[in-house]
Amino acid sequence: MAHDHTATLEHAGHHDHSHAHDDEHHESFVSKYVFSMDHKMISRQFLITAVVMAVIAMTMSILFRMQLAWPGEKFGFINAMLGDKWGKDGILNPNMYLALVTIHGTIMVFFVLTGGLSGTFANLLIPYQVGARDMASGFLNMLSYWFFFASSCVMLSSLFIEHGPASGGWTIYPPLSALPEAMDGSKLGMTLWLISMTLFIVSSLLGGINYVVTILNLRTKGMTMTRMPLTIWALLITAILGILSFPVLVSCVLLLICDRSLGTSFYLSDIYIGGRPLDNVGGSPVLFEHLFWFLGHPEVYIVLLPALGISSEVISTNSRKPIFGYRAMIGSMLAIGFLSFIVWGHHMFLTGMNPFLGSVFVFTTLLIAIPSAVKAFNYITTLWKGNIQYTPAMLFSIGLVSSFVTGGVTGIILADSTLDINVHDTYFVVAHFHIVMGLSAIFGMFAGVYHWFPKLFLRMMGKKLGYLHFWLTFVCAYGVFFPMHFLGLAGVPRRYYTNSNFPMFDNLVDINEIVTIFAIIGALSQGIFLFNFFYSMFRGEKAPQNPWNSNTLEWTTPMAHIHGNWPGALPTVHRWAYDYSKPGAEHDFIPQTVPLAEGEHDGGAH
Amino acid sequence: MKLLILIGLVLLIIAVHQLMRVIELSREFKKSKEWQITESDNTFNGKMMLTFMFVFFAFFFWQVDRWNDNSLPGAASVHGLKIDTLWDYNMYLIVVVFLITNGVLFYFAYKYSGKKDTKATFLAHDNRLEMAWTIVPAVVLAFIIIFGLKYWNEITDRSTDPNKLTIELYAKQFDWTARYAGKDKVLGSTDYRQCAFNAVGMDSTDATGNDDIIVKNEFHIPVNREIEFKMRSRDVIHSAYMPHFRAQMNCVPGMVTEFKFIPNKTTAEMRKDPYVIQLMAGINKARALRKEEPVEFDYILLCNKICGASHYNMQMTIIVDTEKDYNAWIAKQKAVKTIAAKTESH
Repeated sequence: MAHDHTATLEHAGHHDHSHAHDDEHHESFVSKYVFSMDHKMISRQFLITAVVMAVIAMTMSILFRMQLAWPGEKFGFINAMLGDKWGKDGILNPNMYLALVTIHGTIMVFFVLTGGLSGTFANLLIPYQVGARDMASGFLNMLSYWFFFASSCVMLSSLFIEHGPASGGWTIYPPLSALPEAMDGSKLGMTLWLISMTLFIVSSLLGGINYVVTILNLRTKGMTMTRMPLTIWALLITAILGILSFPVLVSCVLLLICDRSLGTSFYLSDIYIGGRPLDNVGGSPVLFEHLFWFLGHPEVYIVLLPALGISSEVISTNSRKPIFGYRAMIGSMLAIGFLSFIVWGHHMFLTGMNPFLGSVFVFTTLLIAIPSAVKAFNYITTLWKGNIQYTPAMLFSIGLVSSFVTGGVTGIILADSTLDINVHDTYFVVAHFHIVMGLSAIFGMFAGVYHWFPKLFLRMMGKKLGYLHFWLTFVCAYGVFFPMHFLGLAGVPRRYYTNSNFPMFDNLVDINEIVTIFAIIGALSQGIFLFNFFYSMFRGEKAPQNPWNSNTLEWTTPMAHIHGNWPGALPTVHRWAYDYSKPGAEHDFIPQTVPLAEGEHDGGAH
Repeated sequence: MKLLILIGLVLLIIAVHQLMRVIELSREFKKSKEWQITESDNTFNGKMMLTFMFVFFAFFFWQVDRWNDNSLPGAASVHGLKIDTLWDYNMYLIVVVFLITNGVLFYFAYKYSGKKDTKATFLAHDNRLEMAWTIVPAVVLAFIIIFGLKYWNEITDRSTDPNKLTIELYAKQFDWTARYAGKDKVLGSTDYRQCAFNAVGMDSTDATGNDDIIVKNEFHIPVNREIEFKMRSRDVIHSAYMPHFRAQMNCVPGMVTEFKFIPNKTTAEMRKDPYVIQLMAGINKARALRKEEPVEFDYILLCNKICGASHYNMQMTIIVDTEKDYNAWIAKQKAVKTIAAKTESH
């Protein structure tokens, strides 16, 4: 069936070999580099936009980390960057501090780890790894990028307006975010935030629908669901989570827009602010929290699953072993995906939500630990008796497994409502989600960039710089986030401009200093990556056909960016993607296009 | 000066460019490519993985040794002690899992670093292993869930103690107010539109509010008696966080939220606790370095939900007294009485 669909697309799109040449001649600069409908170009557009956004968000984090380590200290560059209004005498303004925290979180979660990670690798890998000419709809795919781009521009533009950007935290709980009187960031900045997020959701849905349709309908002959690489499984589940949860964020945001602009009372009730009582009666901020986290929690897995998919592929390839428990990996991802929809309340144990409802969420949340544990142990068993090839991508994938475990175990504490009481909204939480979600996802993204750079830019990234980048990043990442647990144990709340107004936190200054120093070194280390990335893009060594001796289909396409990916007929798949070091085989890898030998079993049986 | 820096920058760029050219030209002559992974790369990174494991674990224990004594003192409430016990068991468990899993991961990363002429073992799945690491976590989690929920239900159950003391915590940008029910033991009803007339938006038509007592900056509670907090907010969401008592609840506009606990150590007792003494010594040492006055231990209420520009400075001191001291303190507080005049016209 899948094959028939592909044939139709080829015909309709004039994508077979004889026409491909004509197409290339007719391409203008605009249609090739700007409004491209080619999945490979769109993938690169997403990646480069995400890199720019990540650098901005990381720089923000350095600014507020400086304030936290050395409150009241004067830094010339803070004044230079933020001007007299937000950085008078080189001291960060409290409103700007909250704005930076908010926009840092928003950019990292949505623009880098959702748009950037899924956008880059779903676009690059789905057609390549399932053996399709392109995405099901190139046009929607193009729109997906340009909505993402527009959304990024709106978000960044909010940095330059009079009252500053949104600053109520990335979770934008009303009434704080709904009332312009409550804080400067809830004026125009919040309006722009809401517009930007709406555009972002459009982008995410256009992309997600495309990903799902392509995976379900455009698989090449022989590419059954259980022969798909785990990257594709991860991206499929991610896209489904996005399609089901992002629309809820639209309604959540829409009601907030109504409350802000049309005088409705969805989230507002009994408020007295700015010297007058408001007319709003009957709404509840708790409703907002439900709607927000109905997206917000699946969002965690939208961020994490593609990274786990990428690392499955990279770890298997570079251990020269099949991924351990392929079907268990799919099963655990499906379980995580399903459970992610019924755990959102664990963000709300202390919001005034009925505690009995909280109990239900404790139960469902702790269940997620089971498939997560299965995944972690399967990665580790994949390394066992492997023949590990340390590409920079492999280093980052092992880093991911480590951060997934280290950050994951503290989740067991936080999922327990009883224990959550005292660490809720403290730095213990900040440490937990930065390690388990932030680090794991960004390590997965780095792994993907290093591993598929040859397919993205047809050149190789420098290996030694990659090693240096990994080790500095890995050490600094734990250096930044591990000590934060101890701030949490001392009861330090998150989103405090300074801890110096409470004598009880005076003995924690050295922790904040150590965190900030690691953060600065870690941030500077990303310069190594940026240099390697942009330099290799233009001047790196030319990539060979299959640099990592990998089995998946993308390595059978020519090392050139051609329309339709394969010059001749689409490849036929004969086996799963993980026949590494199979006994009796000549090489330690057997590409998916190689037919099964007589008496040979597929799928890891032998 | 600026010109010099500019020239320096230009020279630097040229130098780097030339250097890159040399590297690029020289790699043409090399047989092996820079990006290719050699056995020595594998050995190096394998050893780095093992080294990292030791450094990471050493860093972990160093932090525990250095910073664990900065943690909050043991709970000063009855339910808090249970939370602490549960916390400790969970913490031991996750630290063990953290050490073993990371240890095995980095050890394998070292042990199986690639060597020439070796081949990996083809091992695709093993159902017994998969069952093992599905069932074992499931059983452990079952215990965690059972104990967690048992305590959670106890902590969040409605207060039934007839001797309880009810206090309202009222949050607004950016301070706290506490309200006591007064002689009639009934908190007067509220109307948010009347915030202009009194601090916490009390309803001027309700006479039961007349004897209510309102305090700012610090509030007192008696030891060994159940305190039931009713929380309200005037403007945005705040969170009443009383870390020493293991108590926290959001204050949500339009709702009254609740939390109850029984404090079991007075402020004076807490100040004599050996752990608190060493904690305060550390704090006062840090303060001395900054030439600040030494402080004594106090229980505190802080805001733990982002609420605006001065979120970081929204606090109130809590004093836990003996029953006698508390009664003496409350007797000295004045009732609100602002309502009396209006009630008559009603």
